[in-house]
Amino acid sequence: MAEFRMPSLGADMDEGTLLEWLVKPGDEVNKGDIVAVVDTAKAAVEVECFDSGVVDSLLVQPGECVPVGTPLAVIAPARVPAAAAEPVAAEAVEPTVAAAVVAEPAAAELAEAHVAAEIAVAERPAPAPPSPAAPQPPLAEPPVVASPLVRHLAQQKGVDLRKVHGTGAAGTVTRADVERAAAGRARLRVSPLARRLAAELGADLAAVTGTGAGGAIRAEDVRRYASAKAAEAAYAPAGEAAHEAAPAAAREAPAPAREAPAAAREATAPAREAAAERGVAMRRAIANLMARSKREIPHYYLSSTIDLEKMTAWLRRRNRELPVTARIVPAALLLKAAALAAREVPQLNGFWVDDHFVASEHVHLGVAISFRGGGMVAPAIHDADKLSAGDLMAQLRDLVARAREGRLRGSEMTDSTITITNLGDRGVESVFGVIYPPQVALVGFGKVTSMPCAVDGLLGVRPQVVATLAADHRATDGYTGARYLEAVSRLLQKPEEL
Amino acid sequence: MTPQQAREAVAEALKKAAPGSDIDAIDADADLRDALDLDSLDFLNFVEVLGNASGRRIDEDDYPELATLSSSVRFLSGP
Repeated sequence: MAEFRMPSLGADMDEGTLLEWLVKPGDEVNKGDIVAVVDTAKAAVEVECFDSGVVDSLLVQPGECVPVGTPLAVIAPARVPAAAAEPVAAEAVEPTVAAAVVAEPAAAELAEAHVAAEIAVAERPAPAPPSPAAPQPPLAEPPVVASPLVRHLAQQKGVDLRKVHGTGAAGTVTRADVERAAAGRARLRVSPLARRLAAELGADLAAVTGTGAGGAIRAEDVRRYASAKAAEAAYAPAGEAAHEAAPAAAREAPAPAREAPAAAREATAPAREAAAERGVAMRRAIANLMARSKREIPHYYLSSTIDLEKMTAWLRRRNRELPVTARIVPAALLLKAAALAAREVPQLNGFWVDDHFVASEHVHLGVAISFRGGGMVAPAIHDADKLSAGDLMAQLRDLVARAREGRLRGSEMTDSTITITNLGDRGVESVFGVIYPPQVALVGFGKVTSMPCAVDGLLGVRPQVVATLAADHRATDGYTGARYLEAVSRLLQKPEEL
Repeated sequence: MTPQQAREAVAEALKKAAPGSDIDAIDADADLRDALDLDSLDFLNFVEVLGNASGRRIDEDDYPELATLSSSVRFLSGP
């Protein structure tokens, strides 16, 4: 039984508000279908499903604001005998589903309770606070092996030991396991690559044991979990109970939590107020992400002036023959060249995760789009290197329009492998950008201007643009960056091939 | 197009290209791209709507004529 969770729609997102369900229980969904609209600090985003199957139950109601990783819905396998679909031992699957369902509506209070508990512990030995979790099912299983100290910790943190996966000797639950279980309920710490991988492999992140800093789940953890689960599946008896348990648990979810609090009231507030609030939230999100970028990424910068005589002339000829709707703006050709160059220099196209660079097989071009009222987003044009210039232009127009209407898709918010910012329209000569983590490069284009320059030994006036590259020095060196800008320049000399 | 029709068409096109902008507040001779913060895509939208409304082909070479409100009206109501 797969869970559809609140996705992380960017490295800067901690929580999201479910605005709207586009499916209902009983609906068949396919991987990639848009199933919900989620409001983030930046925009309302259409979120795709990562699994195929039938919607079993919706766990979060419109208006509720929940942390990233919170299960939003349960997706049952479609038209497959229940036993065959999830041939994993009931214990391995059911507890996470049930735990999540019971705990998550109260996630915010839980998190607060944890903080309060920790403060109390730090100051003086305090009696354990009452567990804020919903009523537990009667104790049926044999007690879990855990030391008294670990039991005490679990009680303090409101963690049900029976639902904790023990990693100590002979399956003993350790202190770290409890910490992780407690942290995981408030918010799973997952690297973007691991998240992507988990989605691809259908791995339940809540069940994955993280080995990164602070129990963060890394890509290799997901791989290990997935292969272990596959091995387990080969031997374990079918777990009928897992399928029965989830819907029941969903029904049992505490009703008051469903009457969404603050978020729902916001939805009815005057639009202007909401817009102002979003402006503040967006600013904060950008602030966090950009501060993180500058804190973590050692940027290096390169710039190169590129002659656009051929591109401008070609574009002029082309656009003169075509209706307005088929016209291409120079920015679209610059994007295309940037995408093709990223394919040529793959060292700049991908992510820095877990202290190493992971190249992307696709070029998903992030495009910085500014909003009139301030703020910006950088959604992706998927496989931009494979689009014709005309198609890329059409997608660019569509993307900009939807970004401004607040109708971007989840994959567009998360998939960018390299980002382009074009401030040429605002008249600046060049822009040295700040990289979007975990990406490793950001390409900037300034204004296309007619500049005096040497042409065949004489002084000529030609349209030129300054292309810049901000790149992560951990992933590449200046030499690689230089090759990238060189490629962009070369590609723009043959506009008809773009 | 009469100047009045042209003015209405321009206002309509700007509303689509720059939603939420206060078009009445713009000086007739102010640069539209600056005043309304139009990027090249916004401007293309403006040209597209204007072309449809006026029924005339607007080439890239004509773009300078669409720099301001008054020049746009002159261009559309001209021969």
